[in-house]
Amino acid sequence: MFDPMANAPPLWSNGPTPGSFYNFPGPQTKPNDHFTHSQSPVTTATSIVALAYDKGIMIAGDLLASYGSLARYRNCPRIMEVNDNILLGAGGDYADFQYVKSFIEQKIIDEECLDDGIKLKPKSLYCWLTRVMYQRRNKFDPLWNNLVIGGIQDGTPFLGTVDKLGTAYTDRAICTGYGAHIALPMIRDAIEKKAQPLTQAEARALIEKSLEVLFYRDARSYPKYQLGIIDQDEGVKIEGPLSVSQNWNIATIIKSV
Amino acid sequence: MPMLGIENSIMDDSNDWRNAAHSTGTSIMAAEFDGGVIIGADSRTTTGAYIANRVTDKLTKVTDHIYCCRSGSAADTQAIADIVSYHLNFHGMELGEEPLVEVGAAIFKELCYNYRDSLTAGILVAGWDKRKGGQIYSVPIGGMCVRQQVSIGGSGSSYVYGYVDANFKPNMSKEECIKFVTNTLALAMSRDGSSGGVVRLGILTEAGIERKVILGTDLPKFFEG
Amino acid sequence: MSSIGTGYDLSASQFSPDGRVFQVEYAMKAVENSGTVIGLKGTDGIVLAAEKLILSKLHEPSTNRRIFNIDRHIGMAFSGLIADARQIVEIARKEAANYRSQYGTNIPLKYLNDRVSMYMHAYTLYSAVRPYGCSVILASYDENEPQMYLIDPSGVSYGFHGCATGKAKQSAKTEIEKLKLGNMTCKDIVKEAAKIIYIVHDELKDKNFELELSWVCKDSNGLHVKVPESVYADAERAAKQAMEADSESDTEDM
Repeated sequence: MFDPMANAPPLWSNGPTPGSFYNFPGPQTKPNDHFTHSQSPVTTATSIVALAYDKGIMIAGDLLASYGSLARYRNCPRIMEVNDNILLGAGGDYADFQYVKSFIEQKIIDEECLDDGIKLKPKSLYCWLTRVMYQRRNKFDPLWNNLVIGGIQDGTPFLGTVDKLGTAYTDRAICTGYGAHIALPMIRDAIEKKAQPLTQAEARALIEKSLEVLFYRDARSYPKYQLGIIDQDEGVKIEGPLSVSQNWNIATIIKSV
Repeated sequence: MPMLGIENSIMDDSNDWRNAAHSTGTSIMAAEFDGGVIIGADSRTTTGAYIANRVTDKLTKVTDHIYCCRSGSAADTQAIADIVSYHLNFHGMELGEEPLVEVGAAIFKELCYNYRDSLTAGILVAGWDKRKGGQIYSVPIGGMCVRQQVSIGGSGSSYVYGYVDANFKPNMSKEECIKFVTNTLALAMSRDGSSGGVVRLGILTEAGIERKVILGTDLPKFFEG
Repeated sequence: MSSIGTGYDLSASQFSPDGRVFQVEYAMKAVENSGTVIGLKGTDGIVLAAEKLILSKLHEPSTNRRIFNIDRHIGMAFSGLIADARQIVEIARKEAANYRSQYGTNIPLKYLNDRVSMYMHAYTLYSAVRPYGCSVILASYDENEPQMYLIDPSGVSYGFHGCATGKAKQSAKTEIEKLKLGNMTCKDIVKEAAKIIYIVHDELKDKNFELELSWVCKDSNGLHVKVPESVYADAERAAKQAMEADSESDTEDM
């Protein structure tokens, strides 16, 4: 600021400004003092639908990884069994999900190696993932995912979600992407209409219905999916590939005038 | 004042080759068959609309039993393939045996994922190893990695997804699979302006690679109306 | 002891005139003072067994374990200084984790053995450090193939069908050689392993010990784990019975 030479004219045409390098003719390349980071996802997966019921939780996600509007990879599982009490579902960039998956897997292996009988709990993983996601957004290099974490902790079903910004919340029903707009209102309606918590069968029916409607209305969805369940009595399992049931009967009664 | 360089040139289509990057606007594919995998590619390299090379070899050796098909920026993918080749051969020496195809794919993925913001690379990694036989891994832009029985890539691939879905069968014979790959690439090349030339094939089995070239004049013909 | 090295034993970076590195030999002594550890390779996996000497009755049971997990498919048993061994465990785990993050697959045991051996060997080269006072056995069952290596403080390692290190390694090796490991499964080997540890245990010099048993085999789905409680109980019972039968026949002979 106090340097008198700072705004001095060049000594000769195209010559060096005092104290700076020679200015070459032609287009000037300035040193790059910023990085560009993944500002958009590439291969993406769509909604996750998750639900807590009386004795556990359920997470569903289809098997499609889209490349723009191209349904490019049709066998991409995105429900992960973290341990026998945690399921993780992910939407968004599939490469980022694979990265998240790999470091969680290593975390679990590290823990198993200690062999001290202590296991990662759903709320701990949820809390930790909120920090991971928020740190990455503060580096302006977010992990482009919606993550849903589910499990049973202290006898109560738990569901939590965190997005690419680190925004996080827990609820009895969680849907991401189009699911938040289409499936969640249906699910909340069904939950509120019933005084008691849902049973496993009711939860499954609700998820099946949600995926069906999402298949009708989400252009990035796919009728093949996986369903992960953690149940107090039955433990953890991931079912699939399952098929979304479809009904196209209304097509026959629609006629253009 | 006279200026050097290209900044004053008129940027119409006929001059785009002057500063466009060499890119393998491409049709590439790989398919598993009974006994190995077949990889295939067209041979066109373009700078803009100018064909910089009409007999390119886009099937790049990584190790004796692992090859890759490159699409995207020629500079990026060549550099990546060189780096992976170095890593994998070093790893093979440390291990004292042929590296696994999935390990090759993992190294490609690691580079493509970590540098995803600066790379334009869509790569098919294909090969044969004694543990899992013939394998194909797709590493698209963005740096994910997924195993597929059949995989297509490059700009030309978008025109032939339907053909591949309709005609691929698991465990085809070698001859059947060669025909399938040749047909798919011929169809892609005929619809994609950035693809063309000859079809280069590589048949990867336990024995290593067997190379074939199908000249532009010998390519199968389909409906041209 | 003090006269042995005659000045050539003060540094790991100095040879004696007859070509020995005394610091490394002293490290081997540290190993020989520790409880016996054995590894046995069967057709379907590997069993590791350790004689953990209990130095004080005030210790909690199952602390200071002698067998560790390195990765899901790899186990490590050691004899020697526990603090030294823990450092080896730590770097072996890091090697396994790095391999997975770089290459996306399980680390092959041959490769891990190379890396850990190199690491231990590096500590026999410099005056500023001392060699590790422990020998480790690495065991894995990957792609249906059991593998086992033993690394000495010198950094030398060999692959083994059956190996032993620690106090009673000589007698343990003699016992192991009696077995037909080539056609035994881990289920049978566990009992033999327990027997060997009980046989080679010196009741007069070391009063109490805890038997540690782990395996990595087909039955454990390729995971390295402590043997199940029932298997452990059976093996320990068989070992104790064998000991009793042994001592009875001894008295009869007399």
